[in-house]
Amino acid sequence: MMKKDILICGVGGQGTVLASKIIAASAMEEGYAAHSAETIGMAQRGGPVTSHVRIGEDAYSPLIPIGGADLLIAFEPSEAVRNLKYLKKDGFVIVNCVPVKPTTLGSSEAYDGKAEIAFVRSMCDCLVLDSDELCAPFGSTKFFNVAVLGAAAGVGRLGLSADTVRDTIIRIVPERFREKNLAAFEAGYQIGEENYANQ
Amino acid sequence: MSKQYVMGNGAIALGALSAGVNLVAGYPGTPSSEIIETIAKYPHEGMYVEWSVNEKAAMEVAAAAAYSGARAMVTMKQVGLNVASDPLMSLAYVGVKGGMVVVSADDPGPISSQTEQDTRRFAEFARIPVFDPSSPEEAFEMVQDAFDCSKKYQTPVILRPTTRVDHAYASIDAPDVFEAKEYEGFVKDSKKWVIFPRLSFQNHAMIEKRNVKIGEEFSSSRYNTVAGSSEKAVVATGVSYAYAAEFLKDCPDVRLIKVGTPYPLPESFLLRALEGVSEVLCFEELSPYIEESILKLIGKHHSKINVRGKLTGDVPPSGENDADSARRIIGSFLGLEISERGADLLGAPLPPVRPPVLCAGCPHRASFYAVKKAMKGKKAYFCGDIGCYTLGNAMPLDMVDTCLCMGAGVTMAQGFYHMDPDATAFSFIGDSTFFASGVTGVVNAVYNAADIILCILDNSTTAMTGHQPHPGTGRNLMATPVEKVSIEKILTAIGVKKVMTVDPLDLDAAVAAVRECAEIKGVKVIIFKSPCVAITKPTGKMRVDTEKCIGCLRCIREIGCPALSVKDGKAVIDENLCTGCGLCAQLCAVKAIGGV
Repeated sequence: MMKKDILICGVGGQGTVLASKIIAASAMEEGYAAHSAETIGMAQRGGPVTSHVRIGEDAYSPLIPIGGADLLIAFEPSEAVRNLKYLKKDGFVIVNCVPVKPTTLGSSEAYDGKAEIAFVRSMCDCLVLDSDELCAPFGSTKFFNVAVLGAAAGVGRLGLSADTVRDTIIRIVPERFREKNLAAFEAGYQIGEENYANQ
Repeated sequence: MSKQYVMGNGAIALGALSAGVNLVAGYPGTPSSEIIETIAKYPHEGMYVEWSVNEKAAMEVAAAAAYSGARAMVTMKQVGLNVASDPLMSLAYVGVKGGMVVVSADDPGPISSQTEQDTRRFAEFARIPVFDPSSPEEAFEMVQDAFDCSKKYQTPVILRPTTRVDHAYASIDAPDVFEAKEYEGFVKDSKKWVIFPRLSFQNHAMIEKRNVKIGEEFSSSRYNTVAGSSEKAVVATGVSYAYAAEFLKDCPDVRLIKVGTPYPLPESFLLRALEGVSEVLCFEELSPYIEESILKLIGKHHSKINVRGKLTGDVPPSGENDADSARRIIGSFLGLEISERGADLLGAPLPPVRPPVLCAGCPHRASFYAVKKAMKGKKAYFCGDIGCYTLGNAMPLDMVDTCLCMGAGVTMAQGFYHMDPDATAFSFIGDSTFFASGVTGVVNAVYNAADIILCILDNSTTAMTGHQPHPGTGRNLMATPVEKVSIEKILTAIGVKKVMTVDPLDLDAAVAAVRECAEIKGVKVIIFKSPCVAITKPTGKMRVDTEKCIGCLRCIREIGCPALSVKDGKAVIDENLCTGCGLCAQLCAVKAIGGV
C-alpha cells in the first residue's frame, strides 16, 4: 500500500489549493485513501500558505509532521526554505526560482531568491523550475500550479500515473481552461522527465 | 451513495442534509463559511437555506423552524456565537421541538479570528450538549447524531468543529439525493414558547436533571473511546486526538482516551476509562476544558490521579497543537526519547515576513489612501472594522488605529469624538459588516449628535470569507434577483444629512469628498463604491516607463501594492498581479506609469 506525504507551499494567490485537489483526487482515483488540509482565510491574502496532502491509510491527522514529507512542492524560493523542516531525510524538493517579493520596501530590494535556491540545492535532491519561462507559452504564471504537477510526475516523485493526473485535470478544471492546463502539465512533465536521470 | 472528497465543512453540510434538515441559516465567518455554501449546492423540496444579516438573526430564524417541529441548523464562527448568544441563552431555557444544531467553529491559533475562545465553555454556560469532532468523517456522523440528541431532549445542541477539521479534506460516503424531513408545523402554546421568569425557573431545574441523563447517555457514545491500558494515560479531544493517535500508533499499550462529547461530561465513561490510572495528560486546544472537568470528577470521587495539561504548563496555554507538539509533549510525558526530526537548517537564509495584504488593485487601498492624503497633517482617529479592510493597518498605509469586533468602528469613532472633539473621527466599514452590525451604530451617532465621518467601503460582496452575497447584492441563496437593500436610503432614512458616493479609484474626486466632509459638522458618510477585484475581470494592466521613472519610489512607499517592486532602482509592475486600477499612475509625480 502506498504511503506518501506531499507538502505544497507558496504565497496566497498562487493556486496551491488546486494543485492539492488534483493530487488528492488522482490518488483516490487510483484507489488510495487521501486527506488534505488547506490554509484558508486571512492568510490567503498574500501570506505564506501550505497544503498538506496525505496519501495512504496511515494518516490520522490532517497535518504532516516535521521531517515527514516525501515531496515538497514550493511555488516560491523562500517558502521552500520556510517549509524545508517538513522534508524527510531522503525527500525530494521541486522549487520555483521566481521570487514573490514582500510588499514592504527594503526587504523587497534585497530579496531575489538566489540564496534560497542555493541553500535548497545544498540540502537535498531537488528540481528547480522557472515559472516565468515554463508558463510563457500560456500567457500567465497562474498555470504553474498544474505545470509543477507535470514536473513531479515526470521526475518520478508523485507516486501517481501521469495519465490519472491528466484525467483528473480534465474532470475538475473548468472546460475553458482545460486545454491550457493540459498543455502546462505536458510542459512540466517534459522538464521533469529530462531531469529524471540526473537524480 | 457515492464517495465525495470534501472539506470538513462540506462533510458537516452533507451530514445535515442526510439528517433531513429543513432550514439552514448563518453568517459567513472563517472557518465556518463553506457549510452553508455546500448546503446551497443541494436545493430540494422542503429545504430552505439563507445567509442571514448576522448570527443573531440566523439563530432566531432557525429557532422558529425548530419550534415548528422542523430540523434547523445555524452556522457561524466562534465570535459569531457571541453575537447570537442573546437568543441562544434564552433558547436553552425554552427548548426546541424538531431539532436544532448550532455549529460554532472555533479557531485555535488563532488563524483568522480575534479570539481563542472555546465554544465548549459556551455550551456549559448555556447548559446544552456539545459534540466535538476530531475529523471530517466524524463531523459527518456527529451532526446527524446531534440532530437526534436535540430532538430527543428538546434542546439546541452545539457541534464545535475547529479550523483543522473544517478545512481538512476527506472522502465521505454520502447519499446522492436528499429528502427533507416532514414536520408538524408550529403548535401554539404560550406556556411553552413565551419565556417568563416562572417558565425559566421550572425549566432550569428540568435542564439540570436532564443534563445528568444526557451525561449518562454520552457515557456509552461511540465518540468516547479508550485504547491501551497503561497506568499513564492521555486524554485528547477534537483534532488533538488525531495528532495523539498518529504519534501513539506504534505504542498500542499507551492508554489513549478520546472525549468527543465534552458536555454534559460522560462521567461514568471517564471513571471506567481512568481505572488504574496514576497520571493523566490532557491534550487539548483553547481552554483546559477537559482538564478542569477531570479535576472536578476526581475531586468528587477522591481519586488519586495526577492531572497534567495546560494548568501544569505541560501543554501551552494558547495556540494550536500539531503533530510535532503531540510528539514532544506526549513523548516527554511518557518518558520516551524524542529525537530531532527534519533537516538541520542551520545557516538557512531567513525567509521574509509576509503579513497578509490587500490584493493588488483592491479598491480599499485607494479609499484608505484618499483619506490619508486628505487628512495629512491634521489630527484624526481611524477606527477599523472586521473584513479585508482590517488589512489597511499594514505599512505603508497604516490607516487602522483600532479594530475590536463587527461594527465597533462606527461606535468607537463616536467615543473618540466625545473625548477629543477637535480631532476628526473616521470609521471604516465594509458593506456586509454595515448590514450585519453597522446600522444601529449610525442611529446612535445621529441620535447623540456625534461628529464623525463614516467611510463605507462598498465592494458589493462579503470578500474576506469567500464572496458571499448580502442584502445589498441583489441575490440570496434561494433566488436572483431580489430587491437590493440600498445603503444610501437607509442612511437618509436615519437622518444622515451628508451622504456622498465616490469611486475610490478616482483619486482626486475621492480626496475632495473627504475634504468636503471634514468641513461639515454632524454625521457624514462617504460610500466608496468599487467592486472587489478578486471577482471582477481586470480592467487592464499598468506599466512603468523606465525612461521616465526617476526612481523616487513614491508609488511603492505610499500604497504598498503587491504588484509593485523595485528593479535596478526603478519601480516595476508585475503584470500577472496588476488589475489596472491605476492608483499608482495617479500619484506618480512624473507620470511614468500608464496603461499597457
